Amino acid sequence: MYPASFDYVAPTGLEEAIALLDSHGHDAKVVAGGQSLIPLMKFRFASPAILVDINGIPGLDTLAEGDGGLHIGALVRHKDCERSTLLHGGRWGLLGATARLVADPLIRNRGTVCGSLAHADPQGDWASAMMACRAEVVAQGPAGSRRIPVGELVVGPFETQIEPNEIITECVVPDPGANTGGTYLKLERKIGDYATAAVAVQVSMTNGTIGTAGIALTGVGSRNIQASEAEALLGGKEPSAQLIVEASKLAAAAADPTADNRGSVEYKRSVIRVFTERALTESIRQAKGGAL
Amino acid sequence: MSTQAPPAARPVNVTINGQARSASVEPRALLVHYIRESLGLTGTHIGCDTTSCGACTVLVDGVPMKSCTMFAVQVEGKEITTVEGLKGAAGLHPVQEGFHEEHGLQCGFCTPGMMLSSKALLEDNPDPTEEEIRWALSGQICRCTGYTNIVKAVQYAAKKIREGSAA
Repeated sequence: MYPASFDYVAPTGLEEAIALLDSHGHDAKVVAGGQSLIPLMKFRFASPAILVDINGIPGLDTLAEGDGGLHIGALVRHKDCERSTLLHGGRWGLLGATARLVADPLIRNRGTVCGSLAHADPQGDWASAMMACRAEVVAQGPAGSRRIPVGELVVGPFETQIEPNEIITECVVPDPGANTGGTYLKLERKIGDYATAAVAVQVSMTNGTIGTAGIALTGVGSRNIQASEAEALLGGKEPSAQLIVEASKLAAAAADPTADNRGSVEYKRSVIRVFTERALTESIRQAKGGAL
Repeated sequence: MSTQAPPAARPVNVTINGQARSASVEPRALLVHYIRESLGLTGTHIGCDTTSCGACTVLVDGVPMKSCTMFAVQVEGKEITTVEGLKGAAGLHPVQEGFHEEHGLQCGFCTPGMMLSSKALLEDNPDPTEEEIRWALSGQICRCTGYTNIVKAVQYAAKKIREGSAA
């Protein structure tokens, strides 16, 4: 399959890339990993007149702790997060757990975290993880840069509030502190399939009680869903099996799944309840340093 | 609708299987078409054409990627390895030998991609567990379902490479 014809530019600087986007408006599209965009172009669901390839722009591949938390640059691939020992367990454990369940190994070698957020597929894994850990993206345009919480970035399926002349340069995850645990649990029919249902959880403990809890759901609505009521129930409480069960029921109630060949509404809601229970139990165990 | 002429073909220069090659293609030409049609290397297969099966896997600067989901213009100046580049002066690559000895292929359609991912895995992790092999190849579909022998083939190659480097 061939996409419709397009022109291709590979700028070597961010200003040049933004200027190109500014002059071409809606006709231009940014490509980083292209693992969602290129299939869309082949199916001709997307037909940009010009493709602005940012792979040659230096400085966008940073994955490191820094000012304000963890910085994930626009060219950080899923694989970089999967392999980074920094994201194995501990305060960034949710991100490492998510990375290894995105698509398949070949797509993870090429696709990017920020590109996935920009693509805003309602089945995307990263948006749930980033909502659970309260991450923000940095969008840079001709007038400067602005920060957008991932929870507000997505306005609908495949639709974000990023302007046509803006580029997401990085995603910044606030440091949740040392007493944090997190994980991502995803049910998929086979590797590379979209989630039948998935749950992202991050819990930070303060003096034996839950300080903050983040819970977000994938695959059970027209966008990733933050389970705010479940989060609120957990905040400030001492963790217990009963509390986890109650929070999991609230998360299941927040899900808004549709029936398809991956499962019925009841089934998907049930998966959310069970996965939230497991993910909370595991995250709290991690946050307490191993003991429950 | 734009009535402009399509963007002109432009030269794309690569080093493929150790050889410098160049061919002109439109920006919309996929890497797999560039490899198969412009460079005439038909060992790289097009399976699903929808980023699902991994039959078109090639190594780009040593990293396995789906060549149906990249544009040829994106690999300007890069090093590409296809199945044709596996065999060395000393004969078959250990991965190729493994697929031969362990009957790691039935119809053979997925084999080039499977072998290239296996090569990349073993360079990264010379002694993978069965689980690690299955994980590394999990983006690739063998529609003959010959996975058991594919895993054995990779284990054979891993052992062969380890013994070779120990000698």
